[in-house]
Amino acid sequence: MGKLKEKFQQTEVYKSIFRHSYQDTSRNRALQILDNVFLHLHPVRISRHATNVGYTWGMGGITFLLFLVLTITGVILMFYYRPAAEYAYEDMKYLMNDVPFGPLMRNMHRWGAHAMVITVMLHMFRVFLTGSYKPPRQFNWGVGVILLVLTFLLSFTGYLLPWDQLAIWAVTVGTNMARATPLLGHEGPFGPELGMQINNDIRFILLGGTQVGPPTLLRFYVGHCIFLPIVAAIFMAVHFWRIRKDGGISGPDTTKKEF
Amino acid sequence: MKVSETSDVTPKQSSSQPTIRKPKQDRPPDDDRGTWKLNRRNFLSLSGWIAFFIFLFTSTLGALRFMFPRVTYEPPSTFKAGYPEDYIIGEVSEKYKDQYRVWIIRNAEGFIALSAICTHLGCTPRYLASENKFKCPCHGSGFRSDPDFGINFEGPAPRPLERLKISLAEDGQILVDRNIKFRYELGDWTKPEALLKRG
Ligand code: FES
Repeated sequence: MGKLKEKFQQTEVYKSIFRHSYQDTSRNRALQILDNVFLHLHPVRISRHATNVGYTWGMGGITFLLFLVLTITGVILMFYYRPAAEYAYEDMKYLMNDVPFGPLMRNMHRWGAHAMVITVMLHMFRVFLTGSYKPPRQFNWGVGVILLVLTFLLSFTGYLLPWDQLAIWAVTVGTNMARATPLLGHEGPFGPELGMQINNDIRFILLGGTQVGPPTLLRFYVGHCIFLPIVAAIFMAVHFWRIRKDGGISGPDTTKKEF
Repeated sequence: MKVSETSDVTPKQSSSQPTIRKPKQDRPPDDDRGTWKLNRRNFLSLSGWIAFFIFLFTSTLGALRFMFPRVTYEPPSTFKAGYPEDYIIGEVSEKYKDQYRVWIIRNAEGFIALSAICTHLGCTPRYLASENKFKCPCHGSGFRSDPDFGINFEGPAPRPLERLKISLAEDGQILVDRNIKFRYELGDWTKPEALLKRG
């Protein structure tokens, strides 16, 4: 039996999938990270203080976990949801009442989305308190702010999709603020001077019309399911990679004698 | 002087001694830019980049234009609201509110078309007859009803509801144009088209 296993491990198929042995050596531990497409953004080794939950609160990691949960449950919801005004509300009701595990998936998506907004902000709060926005991490703070905005936009676009009264009026209120955008809104500073009107300003492009309607639903759906997640994923990759390049999770200066 | 394998522009090598080939170095090609300060390599690369940026620029503009629909399937801005005799004095009619977001009001002086768009952030207020006011469900703005229809008095709304152009069509029906708005704070409500006079 052992011989058979050994023979199997010598085959090309096995070796092409598992490219190194599983001995617990530092070299192998490093290879496990480097050879794994999902882990290669992760540092090979981290310092002891970086594993201290009291320091990081694990908020960045939890945010990323929630993003993964939202991606998976979101794709599952897409099997039943049609982003057209005639169907959207019915499909949401169908998901909630008749689809097996539909309520579980939708509620995971909904609560996960709420939680992600909270964890992003707690993560920022921690980074602020520990001074981790300071050099050399200023660039990554900037990336993080963009990710915060993308999280809000994902949350906002997702809010319209149930297509109920709450969704429509919340988005009406939210997008009416865009009227007052400087330069780009028809009621904002310098907007009218630049020729902005209700049917050619930034709000019009958001809504696909002059009021929240079926084109808005489609626009928000495409933004919510395709555009924003891709942009967020790209920024996340940069964000994680940059943590490593900036010397890992911030902590005490280990070059000093006392440490 | 650099020893270059391909350069025959500088034939100053002494032929007697065998040249010692230096290993190829990683350096940019010799920069002979000629009269136009541009050699063939630079020219091709420059035109390539220019073409690329022109493509990028025009496709960005195209994508931007693409997002502005030419036609919107929204209710028309003018509509006919039936005959004056359909309304009784003192009535606040919600007949056209669902489709056009307008209240048709008849009082002792005549007819008013009051826009049902909250001046705070655009929700649709509700007409509460018993409390004689219009109340927005979103953040609680209140607007007076009889006698000064539309004046804001509570909540965050910064200004009164708008009144819309109201007139009589040729066939005797009431005609409302939602594109022409009369704003109280600009003194518009006294203009003739803000009120359709009728006893
Ligand atoms: S939208 Fe009416 S009170 Fe805010």
